Amino acid sequence: MSLNLSMFIPILPELLLLLLGLVVLFLELFLPKQAHRNLGWVTAIGSGLIILLSIPAMPGAQAEFVWGGMLRYDWLSFTFKMLFLFAAGITALFSMNEPHLGRRGDFYLLMLASTLGMMFMASAADLVMLYLAIETTSIPLYILAGFLVHDVRSTESGFKYLLFGAMTSAIMLYGFSLLFGFSGTTDIYQLAVSLRQGALPLLSIVGSIVLILIGFGFKVSAVPLHFWAPDVYHGAPTPVAGFLSTASKAAGFSVLLRVFLAVFPEVTLVWGSILAAISVATMTLGNLVALAQQNIKRLLAYSSIAHAGYALIGLVSLSSLGIASVVFYLIIYLVTNLAAFGIVSIVGSQLGSDEMKAYYGLSRRSPGVALALMVALLSLAGMPPLGGFIAKFMVFAAAVRSDLIWLAFAGVLNSIVGLYYYLTVLKYVYLYRAEGDESPVSISRPSRLAIVVLTFCIILLGTLFAPWFGWAQTAAAAMF
Amino acid sequence: MQFPILSLIVFTPLVAGLLILLIPAERKNEVRVAAIAAGAIALILSTWVYFSYDIAAGGYQFVEKYTWLPALGISYHVGLDGMNAPLVLLTGVVMFTGVLISWGIDDRPREFFAFLFILATGVFGVFVALDLFMLFFFYEIAVFPMYLLISIWGWQVTREYAAMKLTLYLFVGSVIALVGALAMYFTSGLNTFDMLALEQAGFSAAFQRFWFPFVFFGFAVLGGIFPFHNWSPDGHVAAPTAVSMFHAGVLMKLGAFAALRVGIMLLPEGAKVHLPWIILLTLVNVVYGAFIASVQNDFKYVIGFSSVSHMGLVAMGFATLNREGLLGAGVQMFSHGVMTALFFAVVGMVYDQAHTREIPRLGGFRKVMPIVAVAFIIGGLVSMGMPGFSGFIAEFPIFMGVWRAYPWVAIVAAISIVITASYIIRIVGKVFFGEMPEEFAHHVHDVSVLDKVALVVLSAILIVVGVYPQIMVPLVETGVNNVLRLLGGV
Repeated sequence: MSLNLSMFIPILPELLLLLLGLVVLFLELFLPKQAHRNLGWVTAIGSGLIILLSIPAMPGAQAEFVWGGMLRYDWLSFTFKMLFLFAAGITALFSMNEPHLGRRGDFYLLMLASTLGMMFMASAADLVMLYLAIETTSIPLYILAGFLVHDVRSTESGFKYLLFGAMTSAIMLYGFSLLFGFSGTTDIYQLAVSLRQGALPLLSIVGSIVLILIGFGFKVSAVPLHFWAPDVYHGAPTPVAGFLSTASKAAGFSVLLRVFLAVFPEVTLVWGSILAAISVATMTLGNLVALAQQNIKRLLAYSSIAHAGYALIGLVSLSSLGIASVVFYLIIYLVTNLAAFGIVSIVGSQLGSDEMKAYYGLSRRSPGVALALMVALLSLAGMPPLGGFIAKFMVFAAAVRSDLIWLAFAGVLNSIVGLYYYLTVLKYVYLYRAEGDESPVSISRPSRLAIVVLTFCIILLGTLFAPWFGWAQTAAAAMF
Repeated sequence: MQFPILSLIVFTPLVAGLLILLIPAERKNEVRVAAIAAGAIALILSTWVYFSYDIAAGGYQFVEKYTWLPALGISYHVGLDGMNAPLVLLTGVVMFTGVLISWGIDDRPREFFAFLFILATGVFGVFVALDLFMLFFFYEIAVFPMYLLISIWGWQVTREYAAMKLTLYLFVGSVIALVGALAMYFTSGLNTFDMLALEQAGFSAAFQRFWFPFVFFGFAVLGGIFPFHNWSPDGHVAAPTAVSMFHAGVLMKLGAFAALRVGIMLLPEGAKVHLPWIILLTLVNVVYGAFIASVQNDFKYVIGFSSVSHMGLVAMGFATLNREGLLGAGVQMFSHGVMTALFFAVVGMVYDQAHTREIPRLGGFRKVMPIVAVAFIIGGLVSMGMPGFSGFIAEFPIFMGVWRAYPWVAIVAAISIVITASYIIRIVGKVFFGEMPEEFAHHVHDVSVLDKVALVVLSAILIVVGVYPQIMVPLVETGVNNVLRLLGGV
């Protein structure tokens, strides 16, 4: 394999990200301690620049295999890569004013390392590469979740995440090895061919599907592998929780889409029914348990479980519209949930509490923050003219398209339950009065920038959705 | 390309609402003046478009169409016909008068008007929508601000409960209708959400029979149809005055209109199968609603249940599927909207002065607020269907239509007129005449000039339509012709 320059084009975003990580590392070494907060700006602006510089690295209409078939260079991976970079940049902005977080260069570095892993997850075309990518993503995340070493909750969160993560990834690896054993190849796209010709017993295929689903289900926090999410989000530093619930979940979906559509196209009935059941269980459980939460981070954790369920509807629909709707859903969900967690981190770092009580009377203390929170929550609830409406519309449309009327009904009724608890939060924000202290909540410059960008995106995605949906369709087309 | 008047009407409130949000919160008077100006603009525009509709030509006019999401055939498509033109005017009227009587709101008026105007944009959008997706988009925009408006500025006792109940009820309805709409979209195979195209899709009879109830009831929840009406009186009572006006005056028409536009017009065969039993539900609305209204002691609950009763007449008119019934229902939507806005305005004014709505405790308000008393009496006469007022123009054809289709339903429904008369006369006698109790004698004053303007505008409209029905009936008739065409000339 001889190297030439054109080979680096497909992995240009990854290379640039690696470079950014090195820059952050060196700046941390040489900058004076009080200037470390600026590393957040470096990370955020760097991520933004990488997105711009990656434009020449856009893939063609035809997918290509690069680097010895390890990576697939297509629109699906490109779309997700841009999403991860966006999430990393926004998370850096929200982290800057977090105590014990914003002034630590290693924090930004770990986040970038994890982002790099996610980018490889999205493009991996080989089981070994995929496993490496998943671990590259996960290990920094374990550390990030437990980053606040003197905080018991955070330590617990990191440890819990590590234990669950290690276990599920071991099981998933076992599933990978079964596949390799059956077919003699680790190439995801060759696997399908071998499985088709091999006339394997259905049981072995179903077995490996289940094992692999355990790993992926953990990543996207689908029922019954959702237990970790509320505890981990609750304990982890809020920007990290936001990053986990958006970028990490989207990365999980990207591999779920690729592996299941590419490796098991013959047995869609099997995993389609499994996923349909998981989808309904995930949204229902997430929404119902969210009703009872008194801590906003736990509420958002359960809501993010429920959203995994909605996104799965699109995958279960198994049509090009369905896959496009999943990608589109994830784009909008990522932007919206980043905003929600961002506001929680602003309020949390100011008032020192994530309990609902901290949100009483927020609209009197800080109308702007309250308005942004309303936009984010209403978008999660699926209210026009915000992104969430069109995202939900598309997945439900995909379900109806595939004659899964019952699934569409399960989805729309669930979204009513969701509406209830989002409205409850808004009720505290707009209707209740703060107990005692009514001083305004101040908002730092990076956080304000991030909130403005996200709110703008939520409204843009919800009103002028044609180009973004077109993008999602292009990404989905890369799967077929 | 003609002047995009309908888009201007739809987006004027939204832009005004956003501009109002930019005014510093403490400058409340500027906020109010800006709101009144926006209301006046909306009223002028909607009046202008109402009178510029060419009745001789008929059909959809002032049509605008822009692609929105070509991949799924979603477009921004608006147009005005005889059915929705009166509703656009109604929204303009209620928006203007609602803003006028809201001068006194002192808690965060900026947010109040902003949310109210976002709601108005949603309402205008639904009325003029010719695209199914767009209809849903604006429908939800119209419903949601209600939650905030009621829960923040509403009556403290029940606002949290009522706001949540209302929102959940309406959203359950709308999402169920949404699934039906998606089924229509995919089954038609036309790859378009354009309702004019879907009207021609030729859905099979079995498909229409199956989906009609979902779509019809999904929307009719907002029209207050029995047994899904009980969010409505609670919502009316808890809402602040302007919001009650909007809610009963305009939003309930939104539900009825969408049930007609999407349910009956896109699934006419389903309508023919199901409406004969649905008319029984509307009968319950009409009679039972009136009975409940007559035993209420809370002034506002009386009006709330009277809305349930009168909206039942609208649905009953639709359910006849004949020319008279549809025509009456079309006029009734307008007439009831103005009338109920007037009622709620009066209730609000009395409550603001007396701080109670207990009918037995009130009395003698005619002496201090004569114009309010007169306005209420006019509204009452409309409500009883007295000739010379718009209520007669609306209800008489409905009863004719019902008589033609199901004579015994008409007989039972007619009872409601008597009951309505009884509770209206009771209120007039108890609240406005008689002796004013000692406790109110000193602190009750007349209402402000703005309030009077609002009342005069609303009363005048009710009388003009009643005395000179030509101003509305031929217009609605063109819309009815269109519906009848889809029904296969019943």
